Amino acid sequence: MSKQKLVVIGNGMVGHRYIEDLVEKAEAGAFDITVFCEEPRLAYDRVHLSSYFSHHTADELSLVKEGFYDKHGINVLVGERAININRDSRIVYSSSGREVQYDKLILATGSYPFVPPIKGNDGKDCFVYRTIEDLKAIEANAKHSKTGVVVGGGLLGLEAAGALKALGLETHVVEFAPKLMAEQLDQAGGDQLRKKIERMGVQVHTSKNTLEIATKGEQARNTMVFADDTQLETDLVVFSAGIRPRDNLAKQMALDIAPRGGVAINDYCQTSDEHIYAIGECASWHNTFFGLVAPGYKMATVAVDHLLGLDSKFEGADMSAKLKLLGVKVGSIGDANGRTPGCKSFMYHNDEQDVYKRIIVSEDGKKLLGAVLVGDTSDYGDLLQLKLNEIDLPEHPDTLILPAHAGAEKPSLGADALPETAVICSCFDVTKGKIAQAVAAGHHTLADIKAETNAGTGCGGCLPLVTSVLNAELAKSGIEVKNDLCEHFAYSRQELFHLIRIEEIKTFDALLEKYGKGYGCEVCKPAVGSMLASAWGEHILKPELVKLHDTNDNFLGNIQKDGTYSVIPRMAGGEVTPQALKVLAEVAAEYNLYTKITGAQRIGLFGAQKDDLPAIWGKLIDAGYETGQAYAKALRMAKTCVGSTWCRYGVQDSVGLGVRIENRYKGIRTPHKMKFGVSGCTRECAEAQGKDLGIIATDAGWNMYVCGNGGMKPRHADLLASDLDEATLMQYIDRFMMFYIRTAAPLQRTSVWLENMEGGIDYLREVIMNDKLGINQQLETDVAKLVDEFQCEWTEAINDEQQLKRFSHFINSDLRDDNVVFVPAREQHRPANNKEKAAHQKGDILHVELEA
Amino acid sequence: MAFESVCQLDDITPGTGVCALVAGQQVALFRPSSEAEVFAISNMDPFAQSNVLSRGLIVEHQDELWVASPLKKQRFNLTSGICMEDERFNIKAFKARVVDGRVEVASKNK
Repeated sequence: MSKQKLVVIGNGMVGHRYIEDLVEKAEAGAFDITVFCEEPRLAYDRVHLSSYFSHHTADELSLVKEGFYDKHGINVLVGERAININRDSRIVYSSSGREVQYDKLILATGSYPFVPPIKGNDGKDCFVYRTIEDLKAIEANAKHSKTGVVVGGGLLGLEAAGALKALGLETHVVEFAPKLMAEQLDQAGGDQLRKKIERMGVQVHTSKNTLEIATKGEQARNTMVFADDTQLETDLVVFSAGIRPRDNLAKQMALDIAPRGGVAINDYCQTSDEHIYAIGECASWHNTFFGLVAPGYKMATVAVDHLLGLDSKFEGADMSAKLKLLGVKVGSIGDANGRTPGCKSFMYHNDEQDVYKRIIVSEDGKKLLGAVLVGDTSDYGDLLQLKLNEIDLPEHPDTLILPAHAGAEKPSLGADALPETAVICSCFDVTKGKIAQAVAAGHHTLADIKAETNAGTGCGGCLPLVTSVLNAELAKSGIEVKNDLCEHFAYSRQELFHLIRIEEIKTFDALLEKYGKGYGCEVCKPAVGSMLASAWGEHILKPELVKLHDTNDNFLGNIQKDGTYSVIPRMAGGEVTPQALKVLAEVAAEYNLYTKITGAQRIGLFGAQKDDLPAIWGKLIDAGYETGQAYAKALRMAKTCVGSTWCRYGVQDSVGLGVRIENRYKGIRTPHKMKFGVSGCTRECAEAQGKDLGIIATDAGWNMYVCGNGGMKPRHADLLASDLDEATLMQYIDRFMMFYIRTAAPLQRTSVWLENMEGGIDYLREVIMNDKLGINQQLETDVAKLVDEFQCEWTEAINDEQQLKRFSHFINSDLRDDNVVFVPAREQHRPANNKEKAAHQKGDILHVELEA
Repeated sequence: MAFESVCQLDDITPGTGVCALVAGQQVALFRPSSEAEVFAISNMDPFAQSNVLSRGLIVEHQDELWVASPLKKQRFNLTSGICMEDERFNIKAFKARVVDGRVEVASKNK
């Protein structure tokens, strides 16, 4: 059978999802696929569009994995628009004159922003808010503007207002209706939201009918004239007053169009031409079009299934939503306005904390119909499940939204109460059943479940629920959720750290006696050694601690394959004087050390024999160096770009900050090694977003990124906070470091730590910025103590006769290890391999066979 | 069997190992605790063919003591030299004892 020819028009979120779903389900090579992508870039995350202003990179928003289309042999025509279609001969004509034949055509043309018919709405200061290009234009205009108005107080309008505010404009929102978010909130909820965002400096004008935008004004470039004879001056205007389906192509080829716009589709997403499907915001099902991404994703799945002969139907979509607008949490479920006849409401209103919650229940009080949540959306997940699965409500439904201090115990919606079909993650349409299958297939951690099912990788709002389903499934299948450190300690690292701190335990033996059993092993010994060092700043070479540490910590060097060590002095922020560099070169030459720039971009001297280490370090310390802790599970370095002191683009002194933070946190033992990065501007030359802690300069201060990784499994860091001054930044880093030290598993990098954290970055932000756990003072005190107690381990070691004894190779001879043999390599040398060594070998030759 | 005296017991920090030269062979000596008990095995990690085992961590598994190689953590039994991960990589074990506060090692393997 020859390949079916498929043409997809539109490469937005839904168009891209369609292709992802198709290549996952279909046999490879069954289709010949052509995609028209009108915008100059492949599909990106429009939902998080405003984050473009904080990250300033389109790549960040991209939804397309690098090489995805190439890998699947899909022909994507970027920047090319489909302009006409001949349904009889099934040919698409493009803006470049191309003609593409199709067997099946998929319309995913999306929507366009509705601009109200106001005089002057096409002025040079008027914008819409839909694409990255729109954002770039707004950003450019904002540079010479002071005020900005968003027309439209709906979900997107408030998102746009947040963007204007982030650009530093005095921001106004103008809404035609008497309340904000008229679609999703009731009057009281809208009022609560208004109050809160007005307090944040965004001015809200409701019940305003704009008549004209005149291109003159006294304080600003334009004046908006309203029907009630009032006026508002502004420099720029952003229209965000709703969307309309882009159905012009469909109209042109005479497909059926729904009365209120949109290409009419049936339950299988087919249009009136059976060879043509329409999905996403351009489509209208039962005379309704859906302006959210989740229903669009569902349509994409249904259309793929229909093409492949699989059984699925589009059955409408739940329009519930949970979002954060201008920092205010808002949730809306089902019949938020209580329009169902006979329905009853329960409300909770707290002016002090700006919280408003309302649930709408059926006449008999048994089922949830809708909910409005403003200021606190922590109940959203449970309420949504109650509504979607029509689960019977508790006897007193108001207990669902009352705070804990109200006395009544909150009925918890156990994962067991949910049916298999319950959708847990609506971004990726993952059901409880699918998670259960993944657990049964051996995926037993949150990170595994996320990787396997995609659940929780969209908005992340469902993570607590995903976790409870995971734990319930594990419990059901008899798998105990165990976080034991090892066979010697039936406690997790976090629990042990707590015990060590609370009971002031200072030695491994004391901890083992009280909370462990047996002798200890390669897991618990170094882990406890690291915890004792983090908790008490205990010197790593203290005799009773030596037995806990890996050789690296005991000999203060990183052991190499031949038993020699590396020597890597600290060069905080990457700075080194010519004089110091000269000494380093002399020492390397004197001790015949192979020299290179390491992966962490420091200078490493390799091939030092153990008994030479004290003398080598003695010379380096005399020249002003100190240990670089390249051997330790601790901060390795802060990579910095040149920054504003020299660079013509830099906006802050990244080297200065890098030096200060490296010096502040050096020596602190962490669950795994840590790397920092500091960039002096948004060009990000220090690649800080691939580091455990990344700091990027902005005009207003520093953006703080956390939990990135460039190693085995690269992870882009998450933005924790923006535009911080240095004092606040240091405070946040203190808390971040100590919280990581206290709660991570042994040898867990920050990236994996965050991936496994229930609640993810939002939770971490709550802890660090809002003191959710009430421990920040303590975290800072702990760090301050460790910072105060820092001492260069090598300086201490070479001043201690006792310590030096341990560095000779033999306890009973001054000879050295004759098995350390070098051969020349590229003007320096490297360890000899076994074949090369055989000639030198004497003494204990082993009878085992080894690979060459 | 000839025992060779190599060092004072106190030369070995409790819980750690040292390397001794015994009849031309590199022997890793371990003192698991403050007790007068020592173990001796070959110092060579047979995987990397490097003389490093004396620098490994002393660990307990299956009620026996082992040393975990400082290079790639394979474990070798302190009494028998058996490699837990792969018996093709077993190493030699030597008799060792403490006499009057001095550590002695037999120059022939067990």
